[in-house]
Amino acid sequence: MASFGRFIRLAFGVCTLLLLAMAAPASAQQVNPTASSVKEQQLLQELNRIQGRVSIPDQRSGVLEQPQGREWREFRMVTLPWIGGVAIIGMIALIMIFYLTRGMVRLESGHSGRTIVRFNGFERFVHWMTATCFIILAISGLNVTFGRQLLLPLIGFEAFSEWSQWAKYAHNYLSFPFTLGVVLIFLMWIGGNIPNKVDIEWAKRGGGLIGHDHPPANRFNGGQKMIYWIVVIGGGLVAASGYALMFPFYGTGIESMQMAQIVHSIVAVLFVAAMIGHIYIGTIGMEGAFAAMGSGEVDVNWAREHHSLWLDEQMARTGPNDGQRQPATAAAE
Amino acid sequence: MARMKFLCDADRCIECNACVTACKNEHEVPWGINRRRVVTINDGKPGERSISMACMHCTDAPCAAVCPVNCFYTTADAVVLHSKDLCIGCGYCFYACPFGAPQYPKVGNFGSRGKMDKCTYCAGGPEADGSKEEYAKYGANRLAEGKLPLCAEMCSTKSLLAGDGEIIAQIYKERVMKRGYGSGAWGWKTAYREAIES
Repeated sequence: MASFGRFIRLAFGVCTLLLLAMAAPASAQQVNPTASSVKEQQLLQELNRIQGRVSIPDQRSGVLEQPQGREWREFRMVTLPWIGGVAIIGMIALIMIFYLTRGMVRLESGHSGRTIVRFNGFERFVHWMTATCFIILAISGLNVTFGRQLLLPLIGFEAFSEWSQWAKYAHNYLSFPFTLGVVLIFLMWIGGNIPNKVDIEWAKRGGGLIGHDHPPANRFNGGQKMIYWIVVIGGGLVAASGYALMFPFYGTGIESMQMAQIVHSIVAVLFVAAMIGHIYIGTIGMEGAFAAMGSGEVDVNWAREHHSLWLDEQMARTGPNDGQRQPATAAAE
Repeated sequence: MARMKFLCDADRCIECNACVTACKNEHEVPWGINRRRVVTINDGKPGERSISMACMHCTDAPCAAVCPVNCFYTTADAVVLHSKDLCIGCGYCFYACPFGAPQYPKVGNFGSRGKMDKCTYCAGGPEADGSKEEYAKYGANRLAEGKLPLCAEMCSTKSLLAGDGEIIAQIYKERVMKRGYGSGAWGWKTAYREAIES
């Protein structure tokens, strides 16, 4: 029995050796590790990005390739300057045409000499705080998009870099008072800025901008309500996207950072265009308008022409202000 | 002049991270910054590959295009470098870079970024070649000494190749021919708009 067992073992061993000898050269030729390996083009087609594992602490560096940076580049270098250029230059052109054809919107009934409080000290403080921040934010922001093409050739690399560095600091730090201002504006003027039927009538009659019509309006007319919502919604969007950019990669990946920059810049250039219109109508565009945010008191005749319903309300409550200041907080209601 | 490129032969990379270490040591790269890293795809699964990646020194570099202060420049060897004196740390080059090369030291408040740092192809910066100032800002300038980037020079499996694009492409092609396979030059299509046919 022992010899039979040995024979079986031997026969089995020989068979195995034979099999191995036959299989070995064949398998050596078939080895192609690339056949089953990950492939760059395939991965890019599937996800438009390649991500893997890294052994260093910076886990973001696990993104090996993100060619969508190219689309972002296209946006930043071509799309955004176009949107911004058309919006801002277009707005300035519109205003110039308007100013040249219509001129300043005059106070048609003249000054009455009697004034009424339109914005109290706190309201004006919030307005000017937000406005100052906005102007600096706008200039430093536009510098990022247009500075390299427009300003750099004029002042040279070193000076432009120095200025841009300070502009960046200003942009980052002034975002805080600006955001606070937007929040306060939202809360303090929300009462007077809910769109209603008066605004439809106001808009139908061209808001008094076309012709010499003076459609009735509450404390805020249709145009001002529009500005209010642009500030609240636009301000909210730039603040949210701006903080995402300022605190990079806190819960955001590379795509969301690109998206934040896209949202931030588009909203910002449109915001700037809208504010140019707002500044125009509040200064040289309309006689008597600046006083509302300047001294806080407007002429009664001005109020009658532009905010008749509000004036009636105020008169019923307190009567005109003959040199004596009246609290205007109630006016917001 | 040569057109300098990097090529990582993924079929040879064993993820030893020697290139990462060599780079950090050679240039005394600050803590938290990695100019080069090794990414492993499909880790632990069949077909896993590791690729050593740094700045690829792209043709028509996206970082240079989007920089708001125009701090990038390309050398005669087609190496993409930048000036840390001009950089304002805005982070735009990171959004545009297909390879995640730009790095920012965290300075001061919240996430505010310092001057960008990235692979210099061991070619320093705008300061005088081999000067102290250059070393402090950008690290060693091996190229000026006639040497190639250290990461590739000391790669144990010769997976990472650095040098003139045509020469390293030729080396890679010969390898592929001899062994009968190759998963391609990773990143070349994105960086140089060309692939090595094998």
